[in-house]
Amino acid sequence: MVFLFVAPQAHAAGGNTAELPDVHFSFEGPFGTYDRGALQRGFQVYKNVCSACHAMKYLSYRNLADMGYSEGQIKAIAADYEVTDGPNEEGEMFERTARPSDKFKAPYANDAQARYANNGALPVDLSLIAKARGEGPHYLYGLLTGYEAPPEGVTLAIGQHWNKYMEGNKIAMAAPLSDDVVAYEDGTPTTKEQYAKDVSHFLMWAAEPKMEVRKRTGIKVVLFLLAFAGIMYAVKKKIWADLKKK
Amino acid sequence: MGSGNRKKLDNPALEWLDSRLPIVSMIQKEYGVFPTPKNFNYFWNFGAIAMVMLVTMIITGIVLAMNYATTASDAFDSVERIMRDVNHGWLLRYLHSNGASFFFIAVYIHMFRGMYYGSYKQPRELLWMMGVLIFLLMMATAFMGYVLPWGQMSFWGATVITNLFSAIPLVGDSIVTLLWGGFSVDNPTLNRFFALHYLFPFLIVAVVFLHVWALHVTGSNNPSGIEAKGKQDTLPFHPYYTMKDAFGIVVFLVIYATFVFFLPNALGHADNYIPANPLVTPAHIVPEWYFLPFYAILRAITFDIGIPFTDIVLIPAKLGGVLAMFGSIALLFVLPFLDKHPVRSSRYRPWYKWFFIAFTVNAFILGVCGGKPAEGIWVPLAQASTLYYFAFFMVIIPFLNKKEPVLELPGSISESVLNKKGAKA
Ligand code: HEC
Ligand code: HEM
Repeated sequence: MVFLFVAPQAHAAGGNTAELPDVHFSFEGPFGTYDRGALQRGFQVYKNVCSACHAMKYLSYRNLADMGYSEGQIKAIAADYEVTDGPNEEGEMFERTARPSDKFKAPYANDAQARYANNGALPVDLSLIAKARGEGPHYLYGLLTGYEAPPEGVTLAIGQHWNKYMEGNKIAMAAPLSDDVVAYEDGTPTTKEQYAKDVSHFLMWAAEPKMEVRKRTGIKVVLFLLAFAGIMYAVKKKIWADLKKK
Repeated sequence: MGSGNRKKLDNPALEWLDSRLPIVSMIQKEYGVFPTPKNFNYFWNFGAIAMVMLVTMIITGIVLAMNYATTASDAFDSVERIMRDVNHGWLLRYLHSNGASFFFIAVYIHMFRGMYYGSYKQPRELLWMMGVLIFLLMMATAFMGYVLPWGQMSFWGATVITNLFSAIPLVGDSIVTLLWGGFSVDNPTLNRFFALHYLFPFLIVAVVFLHVWALHVTGSNNPSGIEAKGKQDTLPFHPYYTMKDAFGIVVFLVIYATFVFFLPNALGHADNYIPANPLVTPAHIVPEWYFLPFYAILRAITFDIGIPFTDIVLIPAKLGGVLAMFGSIALLFVLPFLDKHPVRSSRYRPWYKWFFIAFTVNAFILGVCGGKPAEGIWVPLAQASTLYYFAFFMVIIPFLNKKEPVLELPGSISESVLNKKGAKA
């Protein structure tokens, strides 16, 4: 039972990728939970950096309540965005301020536009990314901190970068994080590593928002079943013991 | 099932029912007083466990279907909606996806039990064959179910497996077109797979009914492999085995629940959280773990089979693989007619026992090979294991029929139980 991670898929990234760095997340293990502070900081990193290129289409602003934001805060966050709504009575689409019930605003209107703006590469939707890669958040942390100068003799095409954890090592995303790009309000160090850790934490929550209730329910269910098994064992033993006396 | 010599019931309401439809008498006869060998070990729990899993799958499946959208454009999103917005949707989905794995675990143990204790032998041949039919239906159901979330592995698994049928001479391509409902895996494929995935579990229920009916005609086998000879060898099913089964079921559920609540994606593949994309092929296309041994057999045939010293190819490698895979299941089907040795239980078959244990280990090796890319050491290893799989049925068992000595068996189940106790003391 030591291997009770959240989503311990087999290491999918094979080939020439390096061993992932050893980071610990508070949500690991059967009793692990999300850390509200890390989630809020991670969201801040997503909002200020990643959301310029990556959508998160399964999330609505109201989902931020899970991370400890108040209704007012969520309204204020949503109000930063303009979304298209409609058609109105005149049959026209119109722009309005986003509400908590709206989905996260996507940076691009469609995949073609996203590719066009990124040298032909598609910045994937991040809502499920933590479950769509082997090793999940550990991989994400590695990816975001794994940029290096390419080894000698390797030439990269325009728009390509060297990353020791990416499958094939060549990635069309420039290193998105560097120290001090996002201001934290809670005194947490503003290093590249800390950003990577927080945003990976946030992305795990985005992919598996029901993890906490799942584990809480699980502990009750397993304890109940164990007790029930114990009772059934005693009953069975008693019945069979009476038989032997006969 | 006739009402023959029905005993009057005390409860007037039940008596009213029973005299018109003797369902109460039947339950009493088949599950109450039903004489059951008294020496079952815990391997005999897995039929009842499989039954519980079947019911679990049907219930969770029907509720999932209420929230699932059967179109290629919406399927993936609708599954995410179930995971995020439907009340307890995450629980339903994890119960169903892990449930498939645990259903297979139960049935595999159930089958190995049957093979170890010779439960397939006369007079239980038909019972066994209906079991293999259930197994085939389960595989079809699970395969189609895995396509429904329309992730990358769904799509590419469906593409690889349906393409296999194109290896069949003459009609192969038409079969594939029919399966696809077009010229590639697409929306029509998803629609027909969903329709069939909903239907097949009920076919399984029907065959399970026949399976249990046949079981109640012959009665159960037991670890000694000796038929029950009278009252001293049996116990009424209730309360002895109802309680023992209940205990076994709950222990099984503890392990199942551990996966559902703490390791819900451990048995799945990360790529299936990427929406299906016909333009991007995943690096390794692997089926679910319970298909891996058969997948290994499929891929083990890497060579054309032809007439030696000529260029004439009789069976191209692809067709060879498909034949080997289906052949491996067909052999299970005819096992009762291959194994003619008069002794049932491995307990009294010192030779078969070890060949069968090797067969079990071999099945695990095949499973490991099936999960690895078809390169390097894994290819010859899969080929050697495939060879042993077939040799077990086609060479070893016929050889044992003739050569394995027939030991003297205890006179009855009671005697075998006493011998065992004596040996321990
Ligand atoms: C300037 C645009 C841009 C920004 C900002 C950006 N990305 Fe990316 N990202 C991309 C592109 C383009 C790709 C596709 C790379 C490829 O396919 O080679 C990508 C790919 C990825 C991938 C997928 C890697 C894989 O395994 O396939 C992840 C994960 C990712 N980005 C996370 C992030 C995170 C987290 C942030 C914020 C800290 C971020 N990105 C910021 C453009 C961006
Ligand atoms: C849906 C799946 C299945 C269900 C629900 C099921 C159910 C059962 C039940 C309740 C029993 C009696 C209890 C027991 O002996 O364990 C039984 C017996 C048996 N089953 Fe199954 N079964 C299933 C699949 C299979 C398969 C796939 C096979 C083999 C290919 C099989 C072969 C047998 C045999 C040989 C017996 C008699 C065992 C004996 O008496 O020793 N069953 N089954």
